[in-house]
Amino acid sequence: MRKETVFLPAILLFTLLLLPTASVHADHLLMVRVSQPLGVTLGSLKKAIQEQGYKVARVDMVNIGLLGMGYTSSKYRTVFFGKAEEIRRLSRDHPQLVPYLPLRIAVFAEGDSTLLVAIDPATYGEFLSDQKADATFERWGRDMERILARMRGS
Amino acid sequence: MPVRRSQPHLFIAIFLCFFAFVGNVNATTDGAKLFAIHCAACHGDKGDGGIGVPLTLPDFLTSVTDEYLFQTIRHGRPGRIMPAFRHLGDEQIRAIVEHIRSWAPKEVKLIPGRIQGNPEKGREIFARYCARCHGPLGRGGTGTGVNFTRLHNLPIVAPGLNNPGFLAAASDDIIRTTLLRGRRGTPMLPAAKMGLSEQDVEDVVSFIRSFEKQFQPAGKPAAAPAKPALIAVSTKPFSETVERIERAISARRLRIIRKHSLDDGLVAWGEENKKQQVIYFGSIRQINTLLAIDPRMGLFLPNRITVMEQDDGKVIATSINPLRFGSLFNNANLEHTSRELHDTYMAILQEISR
Ligand code: HEC
Ligand code: HEC
Repeated sequence: MRKETVFLPAILLFTLLLLPTASVHADHLLMVRVSQPLGVTLGSLKKAIQEQGYKVARVDMVNIGLLGMGYTSSKYRTVFFGKAEEIRRLSRDHPQLVPYLPLRIAVFAEGDSTLLVAIDPATYGEFLSDQKADATFERWGRDMERILARMRGS
Repeated sequence: MPVRRSQPHLFIAIFLCFFAFVGNVNATTDGAKLFAIHCAACHGDKGDGGIGVPLTLPDFLTSVTDEYLFQTIRHGRPGRIMPAFRHLGDEQIRAIVEHIRSWAPKEVKLIPGRIQGNPEKGREIFARYCARCHGPLGRGGTGTGVNFTRLHNLPIVAPGLNNPGFLAAASDDIIRTTLLRGRRGTPMLPAAKMGLSEQDVEDVVSFIRSFEKQFQPAGKPAAAPAKPALIAVSTKPFSETVERIERAISARRLRIIRKHSLDDGLVAWGEENKKQQVIYFGSIRQINTLLAIDPRMGLFLPNRITVMEQDDGKVIATSINPLRFGSLFNNANLEHTSRELHDTYMAILQEISR
């Protein structure tokens, strides 16, 4: 192979590594504010998750019982998502990770905007020492950042 | 000729590199952009407050120096939600400070150095005039500027003053100026309105400064974080274990909200792993208490325990370890409820290892 044909892919790879991965590192949490109401945000979030290659497992309405109890707002949801094979493997190999699976993003209404909160999946690497799992967590971390960055831009 | 043919490649490569560099938000020094990425989630797009206090108030911006803003961003407020931005470069932090400055009047010139008040007198004044909002030990108010379960009235929580991040950022004169001026638009009144003299203010400043003595000396290793999960091994087969957990939950007057397999929704209907059951439970009171302290707790609500049969036939049950919340959320106010929740989980999990 000639020199420059090796050189170009190397540079391209390097370039890709430098491309923006924007999000807020609130220590172990990733947070993003979206200037759209909750309903709209939920729709685009599901789409962003799917386009990043994950399956949305469910959208939870956590405080479902609150409306009847004199609470005037129920603007809070949790979106669970993942890839079946990864969840299966990690739950089998690492029971201590199971409470954190599948991946999730909590969605809160705050006036006319919405707040998204997620645990930075890179944090899971601190929970166990497993290099193979670390690679998965790093990828999850990057994907989560991309999903959130897309939401911030929406 | 190979050399000539490689030139367009090289050109494209250099171009892409340059593009990647300017496009890399992690390296940007555009203050507005950095604020939008790192701060807006908590302080609002325009800095008018949310989970974090408002940053746009004229009384705030004329009581603090650029150095105060810089150090607050760098150190955060340990245990008070506001994270430390250690990964940002000095240039980036300065750009954010500049952006904050674009909202209102310029910084004031403050007098450096220590104020020589009487901290003992200050302690009494603090207990009488300040503790009801800032907490008896100056640890700060509970909750955040947002409470998701009620109407959004954006309360402003009194910050922690007994805080290494705050004290590293604030000079004595900043604290004094804050007290003399108050913060119009927040519950924080000027000293005169609280009935305090200038001498009282100096005494209280010296008392607040004395909090510094209690902090851990730098370099001393912090306690190891709690384990991420609680795990119990069952003495019974899978379905009996699930029943035991359910009985233990109900016995504690907690409601079982739903039950499904861990991979529910991820695999085709009927193909779920039935030997990994997630049980969700809780009470409205408990959910509300936690959300009021920190809405981000919603990530772990309602409570959940997963019962699993492992490949070797061993049956285990696992839950999150709430003692991990404090460090995960940088929120010391979660300590008490986390311990309660930890004890509840432990009690339920222990039922299966009898
Ligand atoms: C009625 C509640 C209340 C009382 C009483 C009160 N404060 Fe405050 N204080 C607040 C609030 C709320 C803020 C945050 C204001 C803001 O968002 O800028 C604050 C801010 C401050 C700040 C600035 C902290 C920071 O991080 O910027 C200081 C210092 C302070 N108060 C000291 C005192 C002292 C000393 C007293 C007693 C003499 C006192 N406060 C009494 C509610 C109160
Ligand atoms: C995860 C939420 C969160 C994020 C992200 C965050 N803050 Fe804060 N911030 C807070 C909270 C909460 C407080 C009040 C701390 C307290 O109550 O003791 C605060 C306090 C502050 C203060 C002190 C205000 C005063 O009255 O003295 C400043 C300044 C500040 N933040 C700036 C920033 C900037 C700039 C960023 C982005 C680089 C940022 N914060 C990111 C939550 C956050």
